[in-house]
Amino acid sequence: MDWADSPEQAAFRTDVRQFIKDRLPGRYRDMKDTGSENAGWQADRKSSNPEANQAAKDWATALAERGWIAPHWPKEYGGAGLTTIEQFIYNQEMAEAQAPPVGGMGVSLLGPTLIVHGNPEQKAEHLPKILSGEVAWAQGYSEPGAGSDLASLQTRAVKDGDEYVINGQKIWTSGAQYSDWLFALVRTDPEAPKHRGISFLMMDRTTPGLTVRPLTDMGWAQPFNETFFEDVRVPAKNLVGEENRGWYVGMTLLDFERSGISGAISHRRNIRDLIEFAKTDEGKARSRLGEFTTLRHEVADRHIETEILFNFAFRIVSMQARGLVPNYEASMNKMYGSELAQRVSRTGTKVFGLFSTIWQDQQKWGEQNAPYSAMGSRFTHLYVRTVPLTILSGSNEIQRNVIATRGLGLPRG
Amino acid sequence: MDLGLTETQELLKNAARDFLENECPEQLVRDMEEDEKGYSPDLWGKMAEQGWQGLLIPDTYGGAGFDFLDLCVLLEEFGRALVPGPFMSTVFGGAIPIMQIGSEAQKQEFLPKIASGDLIFTLALTEPSARFDESGIQTQAAVSGNEVTFTGTKLFVPDANVADYLIVAGRSGAGVTLGIVATDQPGVEVTQLVTIARDKQAEVKLNGAKGQLLGTDGGGWAALQPVLQHYTVGECAYLVGLSQMDFEISVDYAKERVQFGRPIGSFQAIQHKCADMVTDVDGSRFIMYKAAWSLNTDQADKQMAVNMAKAWTSEATRRVVAHGQQIHGGIGFTKDYKIQLYYRRQKRAELAFGDADHHRELVAQQLGI
Repeated sequence: MDWADSPEQAAFRTDVRQFIKDRLPGRYRDMKDTGSENAGWQADRKSSNPEANQAAKDWATALAERGWIAPHWPKEYGGAGLTTIEQFIYNQEMAEAQAPPVGGMGVSLLGPTLIVHGNPEQKAEHLPKILSGEVAWAQGYSEPGAGSDLASLQTRAVKDGDEYVINGQKIWTSGAQYSDWLFALVRTDPEAPKHRGISFLMMDRTTPGLTVRPLTDMGWAQPFNETFFEDVRVPAKNLVGEENRGWYVGMTLLDFERSGISGAISHRRNIRDLIEFAKTDEGKARSRLGEFTTLRHEVADRHIETEILFNFAFRIVSMQARGLVPNYEASMNKMYGSELAQRVSRTGTKVFGLFSTIWQDQQKWGEQNAPYSAMGSRFTHLYVRTVPLTILSGSNEIQRNVIATRGLGLPRG
Repeated sequence: MDLGLTETQELLKNAARDFLENECPEQLVRDMEEDEKGYSPDLWGKMAEQGWQGLLIPDTYGGAGFDFLDLCVLLEEFGRALVPGPFMSTVFGGAIPIMQIGSEAQKQEFLPKIASGDLIFTLALTEPSARFDESGIQTQAAVSGNEVTFTGTKLFVPDANVADYLIVAGRSGAGVTLGIVATDQPGVEVTQLVTIARDKQAEVKLNGAKGQLLGTDGGGWAALQPVLQHYTVGECAYLVGLSQMDFEISVDYAKERVQFGRPIGSFQAIQHKCADMVTDVDGSRFIMYKAAWSLNTDQADKQMAVNMAKAWTSEATRRVVAHGQQIHGGIGFTKDYKIQLYYRRQKRAELAFGDADHHRELVAQQLGI
């Protein structure tokens, strides 16, 4: 067991750090962390603010020079072909620097899926545009009636000549309002068993009949959308894999680093920043750490728990580096990390007592409240923004089911 | 970066598991609860033949020269098998302090005999105040040349009933001072305590007990820190193995026990407990090994790593054994069924060298809050 970098790993880490130091645009470097949704590459490239546009472009250009927009893709497809450990170090350093990832769902999901299941024409058409940052993708899987039971999805696609005609509705389509293309799971055979009548389709977001309507979440942000399909006609050549095999295309276990290290890094940063703030004069006036030993211990516990999450991430990447495929371990990371995120935010709000009721949001409401907020209301924002983490990407109840049945071999209920 | 075991560690683990399944069955564990000595000299001798008491001891002193991570791999297996007896007392309370602070003569006198299984040691640290900090050491130490004489009461001393030597922490004019004290002298009076795990702990009254000075007069507390760090992580390793086994027994039971016409393990209420158990066990294992690695490689933040490991492991393993009892239902509460053996022993190790509250406070202090 070894928690240290090998000399090669250390050299790669230095390389990534230096690159970030040299090339990360000032906009991302100086961003104050308030726990609100930080401006990301996807929003910036469509923003009306020219400085944001330029930053998104510069950062994408810098990364593209190194093949680091998609560091986990094979070199032949324009990635950097990094090993899992190198991907891990890359992700770790980018998260430490709070550098925004470029490419979104195109890089993380669609590209790797096309590399495995796409035909040569599809690869040639779509992969370069993902890598150049020209096209942003959004994912249409969930539906109002298909959440945890995703395979019960009902959005219908009917073949008509060399087109599919799509009718139905998707929900939680993250970032669809900033996207250019969507990939979606649609039902092509309603008679077949539910997993065997689904197909994987790609479509231009501007196709007539396709409407994206942002949903406002409980923290006044708009991270996701409802997407409506009314006789949306999509060329049949946009089918990925075989018709009715879309479930398996969508669920392909993609072979790249899946440790979830960035969560551990952000929890630890939040705790560290909380402790540093509490030492300042302003912090002393807001914090109750000096008053209650129970609160000091609670903060200590959160710090220890981030250590657990770091180790879970290291475990996953160690397994992958040894050629093993993580099984229940990935579910454990998701479950533990999301619950920890909620605990960290809860502890933070406890530390600041009544001041944690203040919701400071300069963009929406200006400087109002600012004198009374603690750390720009970071933990108050997180207290709201971490709510969906135990629900999305497979609720934690589903994750525990997976650990118990797939991991421990307990019989299915 | 690699969180897997080395080939040597895999071999050690498998050899230990096979050996202990044969040599340390459940019946022996039960017998030793009632046994006056609390250990099997036969098993003790066979363990020495395996090279375990001397695992960490350099080969120049008759040991096997393995490192601390290897020892933790072995201790996980000890926790799994609930090995009774003075192994940890001897290794952590004898071999390690002598290796770290003993004179050359002391190393030559004691280490080979520890490795061969001929000597049993224990650390006489805590007193009726039950404190783990320096202020807890009130036993008087009078130093004269290389000899030190102790007077006072030590409490919760593990395996003192069978130890040949105690390493005693006392207080002289110069501060905390350590000595190696033979138990076969009139100034040492050992009274056994009855404990929750039926392990052998004792009250040890020292009345002018004489021994060799270990380290320097007044240098004892500083010298003890690495000893306590290693001992604490050793207890964590034992807890990891113990909770892993409790968890495995409970999952097996959930697969077999049928109610309402189906195995109870098919109910999500049970499944989710099992998912939480494996999370706690895995979390304990890695934070323990991280602390062991930090000690092994002398990391700057090793003290913090140790405190975090014991804070977490103490509570996580308690959650595991509590779930284990609940999954078993009524049968788990009976003496005849094995799961209770783990439940009772978890509490001893949870409290040894500070529970979660103790270590969490130290973590908070090191975080600067």
